[in-house]
This record gives sequence, C-alpha cells and structure tokens, in this order.
Amino acid sequence: MSATGKAYIAGAFEHPTRYASTKSIADLHFECAQGALADAGLTFADVDGYFCAGDVPGASPAWLADYMNLRLRHLDGTEAGGCSYLLHIAHAAEAIAANKCSVALITLSGKPRSLGVATGTAVRQIPPERPDAPWEIAYQPTIVAVNAMFAKRHMYEFGTTREQLAWIKVAASHHAQHNEHALLRNVVTVEDVLNSPVIADPLHRLDCCVITDGGGALVVTRPEIAKSLKRPLVRIAGCGETVKTQTGGYIDLTRTGAAASGAAAFAEAGVKPADVKYASVYDNFTIMVLIQLEDLGFCEHGKGGCFVADGNLISGVGKLPWNTDGGGLCNNHPANRGGMTKAIEAVRQLRGEAHPAVQVRNCDLALASGPGLVMGTGQNHATVILERE
Amino acid sequence: MSEATLDFESDPYVANHPQTRPFWAAAAHGQFLLPRCNSCERVHWYPRPFCPLCKSQSVDWVPASGHGVVYSFSVMRKAEQPYVLAYVQLAEGPAMMTNIVDAEFDSIHVGQPVKVAFRRAETGRSVPVFTPI
Repeated sequence: MSATGKAYIAGAFEHPTRYASTKSIADLHFECAQGALADAGLTFADVDGYFCAGDVPGASPAWLADYMNLRLRHLDGTEAGGCSYLLHIAHAAEAIAANKCSVALITLSGKPRSLGVATGTAVRQIPPERPDAPWEIAYQPTIVAVNAMFAKRHMYEFGTTREQLAWIKVAASHHAQHNEHALLRNVVTVEDVLNSPVIADPLHRLDCCVITDGGGALVVTRPEIAKSLKRPLVRIAGCGETVKTQTGGYIDLTRTGAAASGAAAFAEAGVKPADVKYASVYDNFTIMVLIQLEDLGFCEHGKGGCFVADGNLISGVGKLPWNTDGGGLCNNHPANRGGMTKAIEAVRQLRGEAHPAVQVRNCDLALASGPGLVMGTGQNHATVILERE
Repeated sequence: MSEATLDFESDPYVANHPQTRPFWAAAAHGQFLLPRCNSCERVHWYPRPFCPLCKSQSVDWVPASGHGVVYSFSVMRKAEQPYVLAYVQLAEGPAMMTNIVDAEFDSIHVGQPVKVAFRRAETGRSVPVFTPI
C-alpha cells in the first residue's frame, strides 16, 4: 500500500537548548512534543499515535507515553539509530493511511553534551550477545575511525581530497552563522578544517559533527486535519528505508544505504534528484555527506568530491542548498541522532520559515536523508521526500 | 587476571556464541580458520553456522592462507595509545575488521599485502590481526 499523499507534517519543533544539565531526558521529550503540537495548532488530547526510538528512557514507547499520559491507539518504537525519525515519518504515514491513527507524534531527545559522552572517539561498547561482537570489539572500533575508513577508501578509488571534504564543513558553517541557536556559528575556511587536529586519519576535528543536548519533535496528520490547521501544507510524497548489510564480508565502503532508501523514496514520490530544491543530508562526518549525495543520485558515483567543492552546497551560492540550519557539523546533533533535525529544517524550507539568509526561493520539494547505527561497513538508512502544496 | 588463568572458554564473547568455539580453539594455537560453504563454495565473514550468501547450513571450518591486502584503514590518533583500525580483504574473498600491528603508521597503504598474526584480547580469546609482509 502506498502512503503517498495520505499524510502531512503539520508540526515541527527543534528544542533551542544545546546544554540541558538541569532537565531530564523525559522532560526534553515532553517539551519537544509540546513545541511541535503548538506549532501545528494541536494539543496532546489530539495525539493518538506515538513514535519514538532508542533514545527514550526504557527504549520503549511505554515509558514516555505514561510520562506524558497519552491516549494512544497506535505506537511504534522502531530503533534504527540516527535515522529512526525519518523512518518514523514513513511509518506514521503508513499508519495514517491504514486508519490506525490520525495525529502521530514523533519525539527525540538526549543529553550527551552535559553527560560528557565521548561519542565519536570512545571505543564502541558492544554487548557480547550481539552476533558481530566477538569479531569487532577487540579491535577497538570507534565511530570516527569507521567513518575514516569510508573516507580513505573513497580517496583511494576516486582521488577524493581532504580539501573537497572540507568544503562540506565550510558550507555548514556559512549556514550556521545565521542560526542563533547553532552551537558553532563561526564561518570556517578549507584551511581551518585542514589545520584542525587529526582525530582518525584522514578525518580531522572539523570533519566531525558536534555533540549537543536537546531534541525535536514532529506531528504527522491525516490530510483533512492538516488542511483544517493554519500552517502551510507539507505533504509526505515519498519514503524509503533499508538496512545495508555487511554482505557476508563482500563489502563496498564507497556506498551507503542511501542508494536503496533514496531510490525507493524518489520512485514513490515520482520525482528525480534534479527536481529537489533543498536537501537535508545527515552529516555525522563530512565523508558521509559526500557518499550519500552520490548514492541519492545528486551526482555520479565517485564524483562527490567535485560536486561538494567550491561552495556548491551553500544556499544562494551553489546548485544544491544543503543543511541550511548548519546541520550536525555546526548546529545541533541531539542525542547523537541527526534524523530529526534533518526533517525539521526541510519543513522550515518548504514553509518558507528558514532564516531569510538561507531560505531557498520557491522551495516546493525537499529531501531529508540519513544513516543510522554504526554496523561496521553497513548501516540503516532512511529517506523522505516532502512537497509543499 | 594473570595470563595463565586467561582462557578463551570463559571469554563472554565466546561463551555467548557456542558454535564459534572451534575458531577460538584453533586461534589459541595460532591457527586461522575460515567458514566455507559446501554448497556455494564461498567463504564468508564474520563466521556463522550457516552461509549468509546462500543460506546453506552446510558450512565447514577450513584453514586460511593467512594472506590478504589492506582494503581500508585509519590511524586512530585521538587515543591514549594510537592504533590502526583496518579492513583487510582476505585472499579467500571476504573482508574483515582488524588491526594492523607492528607497522610504521606512515608506511601503511590501501592495497598493501599483509599476513595474519594473533593477539590476546583482554577477555581471554586470541584474535586475528595483521602485519605487513
């Protein structure tokens, strides 16, 4: 069953905090939910579907549903890492199309910054019962070193350069200067990125995203409810999700799950990459943006380096305005999960509510896409295509 | 825990996966085994008691050549003791996550021939690592 055209994003809210030592994770979820419902013009009493992922305390929708005292007839706790919330948009649209709920609430929050979590550089803790654990844990894999191996292989196969990767951070910083809530607002140069300390060769400090507290929420509704509200109409036009497995060891570190999730989303929406006016692409590391842009079809496989260089991702300058909030590289990466903020900035762009300095003119078609979980050479992946009506 | 009392049998990463015991028993003696499918004749990684490629349950442990090439790597610099995380593509086909040891960081490159060695993990089992040839 296609969920195309059956659901709209009616509410979106990004928590302004980047450091929340005096609040609990559950409180942040509540504040994000409240913000998104207020944005839509709805109340908690309207919510009958709740979607959340592994960041909720207790890793089940139950605890937060109880905390917020929701009255639900549909719930979904699919945990797919950072892209979970993009996947939840798809699942909410499916549930609405199947008449399982009418107003779906999706929340995210976390506090890695105030808790001092060394997200990217600490050795991954892998529970012994996980099937990959015996074959990885002893080698001390870190998130940054795994992503660095994607970069190293891309450089080897295609001649991609560190300068090209640096342009991705430069673009994010150009956007973040206009975002009063962004953690890092200083505009940086390619030289600044190259001169920052090496974390895991070839990735330097400024190739890595920020660590922030905070969160966000979305409200997805059926069409008649969306049309009764006073907000611009943002239709869920197409969705795709996948797990890119490690293929029994026959690997390709120059591709991601975006090839599958993107193709599915474009097919369902009936559009092509060239039609997209704005793209939110999860930027945990610069290299991951470059590879996803290739996989999504914005440029040829192996040509990502040329595509991102010279400001091509900067709104008003380049061909593909990208992560105009400053993204995970500069603005916000709440709970170490970037999918939520990717969707929120896409909604802002489609509504014409992005900062005027980065707002894309006539932005009627946007994409939000990202990976989730670090699974060696594999990952989850989800893509949504949103349309302004 | 002293080295003498370390035993791969009590390693939780072995105990939770009883069907991998032959691999760790061989590794304790410096032998590198690979899981090979009797149906499609391909070697896979990481090891399962079935073939993830064709789903056959007829899989045997076979001795590996111990040779491979560096598929990709990264020197993890922001660590108390910098180290090299890598994927090595084995001569038998699949690639595996590993460490490159006993190597000058600056001399390691993609495509470099390497051979297997073993290092004791802190929980007891011996794990395959690789050194430049």
